[in-house]
Amino acid sequence: MINAVGREIPEEILKITGKEGYQGAKAKDNFEFTRGAARIRAMVDPTRSKVVDSIHDVLVKCGMRDGMTISFHHHFREGDYVVNMVMEEIHRMGFKDISICATSLGKAHDPIVPMIEDGTVTSIRSSGVRGKIGQAISTGKLKNLAVMCSHGGRVRAIESGEVHIDIAFIGAPSADEYGNLKANGGKSNCGVLSYAMADAQYADKVVAVTDTLVPFPNVPASISMTNVDYVVVVDEIGNPAKIATGAAKPTTDMRKLRMADYCTQFVINTPYFKDGFSYQTGVGGASIASTISLAEEMEKRGIRMGFGVGGLTTPMCSLLERDLVGVLVDTQDFDLGAVESIQKHPDRHIEISASEYANPFNKGAYVNKLDFVILAALEVDVNFNCNVVVGSDGVITGAQGGHPDTAAGAKCTIVIAPLLQGRIPAVCTSVTTVTTPGETVDVLITDYGIAINPRRQDLIDCMKGTKLPICTIEELRDMAYSIVGEPDPVQFGDRVVGIIEGRDGTVMDVVREIKPYEFRD
Amino acid sequence: MSHPNKKRLRRSMMFLNCQKPGLIKDPYIYKPDSIMLDLEDAVAENQKDAARYSLYHALQEIDYRGVERVVRINGLDTPHWREDIRVCVAGGADTIRIAKTESARDVHIVEEHVLAAEREFGRPEGSTLLMAALESCRGVLHALEVCESSDRLIGIALSGGDYTKDLQTVITGTGVELQGARQQMIIAARAAGVQCWDTVFTNLDAMDVFEEEVKMIKMMGFDGKSLVNPRQIDIVHKIFTPSQKEIIFAEKVVREIDEKKSLGIGVFTVDGKMIDIAFYDGAKRTIDLAKASGVYEGDL
Repeated sequence: MINAVGREIPEEILKITGKEGYQGAKAKDNFEFTRGAARIRAMVDPTRSKVVDSIHDVLVKCGMRDGMTISFHHHFREGDYVVNMVMEEIHRMGFKDISICATSLGKAHDPIVPMIEDGTVTSIRSSGVRGKIGQAISTGKLKNLAVMCSHGGRVRAIESGEVHIDIAFIGAPSADEYGNLKANGGKSNCGVLSYAMADAQYADKVVAVTDTLVPFPNVPASISMTNVDYVVVVDEIGNPAKIATGAAKPTTDMRKLRMADYCTQFVINTPYFKDGFSYQTGVGGASIASTISLAEEMEKRGIRMGFGVGGLTTPMCSLLERDLVGVLVDTQDFDLGAVESIQKHPDRHIEISASEYANPFNKGAYVNKLDFVILAALEVDVNFNCNVVVGSDGVITGAQGGHPDTAAGAKCTIVIAPLLQGRIPAVCTSVTTVTTPGETVDVLITDYGIAINPRRQDLIDCMKGTKLPICTIEELRDMAYSIVGEPDPVQFGDRVVGIIEGRDGTVMDVVREIKPYEFRD
Repeated sequence: MSHPNKKRLRRSMMFLNCQKPGLIKDPYIYKPDSIMLDLEDAVAENQKDAARYSLYHALQEIDYRGVERVVRINGLDTPHWREDIRVCVAGGADTIRIAKTESARDVHIVEEHVLAAEREFGRPEGSTLLMAALESCRGVLHALEVCESSDRLIGIALSGGDYTKDLQTVITGTGVELQGARQQMIIAARAAGVQCWDTVFTNLDAMDVFEEEVKMIKMMGFDGKSLVNPRQIDIVHKIFTPSQKEIIFAEKVVREIDEKKSLGIGVFTVDGKMIDIAFYDGAKRTIDLAKASGVYEGDL
């Protein structure tokens, strides 16, 4: 079938996955279902201990067997040791046909690749993958389809019962012996445990992995003992230097500063920029620079942000320090400043669950209340469809994260991307893979000019009379092609190796196996 | 008739290293008035040929969208300048910046080779403009003869690094070491009716000091400044572009002088300031600058 973003989804894929093709951003509004549930084993005997000596022992206690689905969170980012630690033991014990349901996987998890090759791991569901796992999937090494989902989409899949987690492994910076887990108070603090909350609630078995055991009760807990079966204490759960880095130095790259300036000018010329507005931004140089310049405009005009959503970095947290924002709701901390902020301002810097953040299938998420979201993209096409997962070489190399969720929710979705990424045009006729549908993207800001989605005539009208370089997205594409030429499409093989899951569980696009480039005669 | 672009707006002239194609592919997005594609000091001695190759293709293939394309060629004391000139003219550069100019004779030598290249590559004779960088005490002392040396010459630029070496001092950050050269050069340029640009400011961590320096050279009469980073462009443009207040006052001066002249009145006041015919050219220049900078909305 051809879905609502014009992508051909093979019938066979719909059959295998039991999914429908994507039908539009609001097609599943009012969708009714019964939530899935975890199978619980009661803890009646107060003398029983939850502490287990090793990953090996906890796998035995959890009844680990072939074909199970296990889950991980990515709050330790590229500093994570938990995934490899658990997977190496699973590998050593000889289990096969394991499904990994991760919130995201990075280069830190390259050691999983041999386990994909030998059939230990046969399915992956993740927001995205970077590094060698992406290569392995794109070259057809994973037995089953990889499912790339958004943060909101993953929680939807878990809560709706589409995905059932047998064992959740939750890396916890601090834990008590009864399983109250905190994101801080240890050696590898990560600020929040938002992405692990659904796993804790919906997995049959929940294993906390910590390197810092603290006296009971470890409160206020991000994840409560009521959901935790076992606590394993290990030497190190992560590399703190790679979990929360120092705040990135604000960019001095004039290209990024120019895009940031365009972004700020755009934002302040919309009707949504008024006292109490809401805002989310990413961690790219231009996004951070636009937060900094937006703060100056807010101060100048006496306008205060109602709430900010993140993925947070120091510049967003500094809005709190300067009292330019009422409250920050936080699902992930990208630097030390953010990790410190949530500890310093427990009343105004609040940890929320991934479901509260972005799940389209609960009774209301924060993304639906966003005025602005500032995003990046690898590719944007003339229909404003974005690709944030598959590189222009056809290899899976990025993550959806909250991109499709925030784009769908926000009143004004702005994507910032330089027109050219080296010799690759970022604006093109048709993206390699659609990950965020164009109907949810309102504005594209590049270093060469700004294109507004024709669906948003209201925003086009707002920008009349400004000095912003507004043009059509076709003009931006033509500019890009006039400089670097129109690239030939990537040559894919026939086999589908993965799907891009829409946040509502439909199929947005498929990812095919890459094949070596064949030159035409 | 002199070249129509001889007196165009040149507030910002940004250096770019021809050895780096990534830098020269799209500097127009920063909207400088001129770019100076460098074949000289930024290019390693054994990469001159590669830089010329990049330069030629950039000049031929890239639409710089109205930004003036100046090329800084190697000094006349090097083996490179002759080939540099041929490549500039073949590629169609707007202007050639002559490094280390010391006399009118230096300009004449370059002019001769430019003419020959224009004939060789079928470019209209006289289409390639010249500017001269003064980088020594002798060059600064010869400023007037350099300014008057050629119809192709659009102006002179101070090159502070080499000049202070020759002066046996260093760039101090106070500007005291450059005072004499700056004064001498702007006076010579104005006497000859050509433009004059100040030297680069290289400390990108001291944008506030840079801003003060730009304000100062604007007050001294300079037309603009050589730049090393796109972050400097907006600051220069902001300072060199007349404010709406200045534009409105200039409009009043021009209108009042035109009106009072016909009534036989020579001196009068505008907004409490005494005005006479001596203010006319200055007011006209403010309006011209506003027009060239794209901020003039009036009808004068």
